[in-house]
Amino acid sequence: MNLPRYLGRKAAWYLGALLVAILLNFLLPRLIPGNPVDTIVSSMSRGGVEGSQLRAIHAHYVHEFGLDKPLWQQFVLYLGHLAHGDLGVSFAQSPATVQDLIGQALPWSIALQLPAILIGWLVGNGLGAVAAYRGGWLDRGAFLGSLFTSSMPYYCVAILLLYLLAVVVPVLPPSGGYSFGNTPELSPAFVSDALTHYWLPFLSLVVVFVGGQAVGMRSMAVYELGSDYVNYDRGLGLRDRTIVRYIFRNAMLPQVTGLALSIGTLVGGALITEIVFSYPGVGTLLFTAISQNDYPVVTGLTLLIAVAVLVANFCVEVAYGVIDPRIRAANRGER
Amino acid sequence: MGTARFTGRFWLAAGIVAAVLLFGLVAPLVFRGHQVGAVVGGLYDHPSSRAWLGTDNLGHDVFTNLMYGTRTSLVIGLVAGAIATGIGVVLGTLAGYRGGAVEEGLMGFTNVILAIPSIVVLVLISIALGTRSTVTLAVVLAVTSWPWTARAVRAQAASVRAREHLDVARLSGAGTASLICYDVVPYMLSYICMAFVLQVSGAVLNEAALSMLGLGPSGGVSLGIMLHWALAWESVRTGAWWAFVPPTVLLTLLAFALLMLQSSLDEVFNPRLRRYRRRRTAAPPVALPDERPVAEGAAE
Repeated sequence: MNLPRYLGRKAAWYLGALLVAILLNFLLPRLIPGNPVDTIVSSMSRGGVEGSQLRAIHAHYVHEFGLDKPLWQQFVLYLGHLAHGDLGVSFAQSPATVQDLIGQALPWSIALQLPAILIGWLVGNGLGAVAAYRGGWLDRGAFLGSLFTSSMPYYCVAILLLYLLAVVVPVLPPSGGYSFGNTPELSPAFVSDALTHYWLPFLSLVVVFVGGQAVGMRSMAVYELGSDYVNYDRGLGLRDRTIVRYIFRNAMLPQVTGLALSIGTLVGGALITEIVFSYPGVGTLLFTAISQNDYPVVTGLTLLIAVAVLVANFCVEVAYGVIDPRIRAANRGER
Repeated sequence: MGTARFTGRFWLAAGIVAAVLLFGLVAPLVFRGHQVGAVVGGLYDHPSSRAWLGTDNLGHDVFTNLMYGTRTSLVIGLVAGAIATGIGVVLGTLAGYRGGAVEEGLMGFTNVILAIPSIVVLVLISIALGTRSTVTLAVVLAVTSWPWTARAVRAQAASVRAREHLDVARLSGAGTASLICYDVVPYMLSYICMAFVLQVSGAVLNEAALSMLGLGPSGGVSLGIMLHWALAWESVRTGAWWAFVPPTVLLTLLAFALLMLQSSLDEVFNPRLRRYRRRRTAAPPVALPDERPVAEGAAE
């Protein structure tokens, strides 16, 4: 039937979801008792700022964030700023804008997680497929091992790795994204320094991701192994290698979805890993923003994470609608 | 039927879960001498005969914290798991069974909630609440974690809807509520059971994550709060392993055992995943015990 209508309906749904996400991002911080400005100003008053100054600062902030207008006008204002890519000014690091702060943190998070996700995905799927095909002790060992690493909370892996590889056997630096006193730049010295700081958080993410993918792939492949086409292939006397390739391809579909979705959660995927290693990414930024009641930064990050997930989900649905005839059939009402 | 259907893996997982439950719920009653918050030593004292697992950054006994922390984490996990599974099953069944506009509406709602990353909503709500009791935190965790259950249950319900026994029940005049309660939900019970196990482990881990951000249950101790203090007071980098290894091990054990429990339950309910069992030599009897006789449905 008409693919365009399917796509159009999906697009409408995701636009609606995006709108609700924006609405929540707008409303939730304003539901906090008092309002963000009161919180900031009262924390300043503890810092010993004079009363008259405080009132001036308060009035300035209230005007700047439009808190003196009715709620719907604030929302329109908020949407207008968003359309220009303006996420506001940070409370805690005042002249810095939210988009600048995020722009500084985001590359660290992406550089940490994208390779971890891709490598973990490849290794995990290979391991899962081989374990399912070989069976026996390899399967039991690999399955239990990956179930263990994948069910281990990722921050527990991070803490234990940090203890083992930076404290017990101090081979890797214990914290930060680069050595203290270094400034981020594109020089060989800085890059090699950043790389030594990179290994620990990277390892802690990859271990967990390999486990998760291997468990998923193994159960998909075990399912495929029992299917008719595998028996037929065996009857034809095909080589194992060929059969494994067929199984791998068929078991791949949900795994590809998984990959797309985890790339969607890339931004907010490993917040606590970054906190454990004091890595200068989005997680650490969010953590400090929360502890400083820096609401513009918090909502900016929330919005970013939500948008990334929505876009990834939408892409998966579009790809499925194009690839999988069963979904088009279901859409026609032939369940 | 009977115990023969369960694998060794199931018993191992069930054993670990039972042991952790015992430790969290019964141990505080046995070791009455250990009070939470009692100062028994200095900053990060080594394990000794007085404090079996050493002391934490405030001089509290780590073993005592571990008992009560496990109890808090378990209570949060079980309460949040039950609420989340409940919401998920109700919405998922309604959407999958009714289809049409109801399905679009409910699933749209579900997808929207699913799109907002739960950890951020958790953080925002936790800040807004100020003080959080154990139960409040459990409710907040449940409110953000039900959508995937609803989604999965919807798929199950949509497939059950097409089965023939529903036509029979409908012809015999059963109402929608009775159809859902007696003809749809029982066919998904095995799945709901597994979803509950996953929800519990998810809630325990999310509580820990939230506590590590400094937003845990106020005025108490949980496994995550122990980790939070251990990280904040640099016990990892100063080598005070007794402060962070016990909660890490307990969280890992619990999460691992719950996942293994879920996966072995899956093997019991879904025969195609089974592989290690000897195949039965004789063909099983024809009648399936869980299929309801048609006559009973017609009598409604």
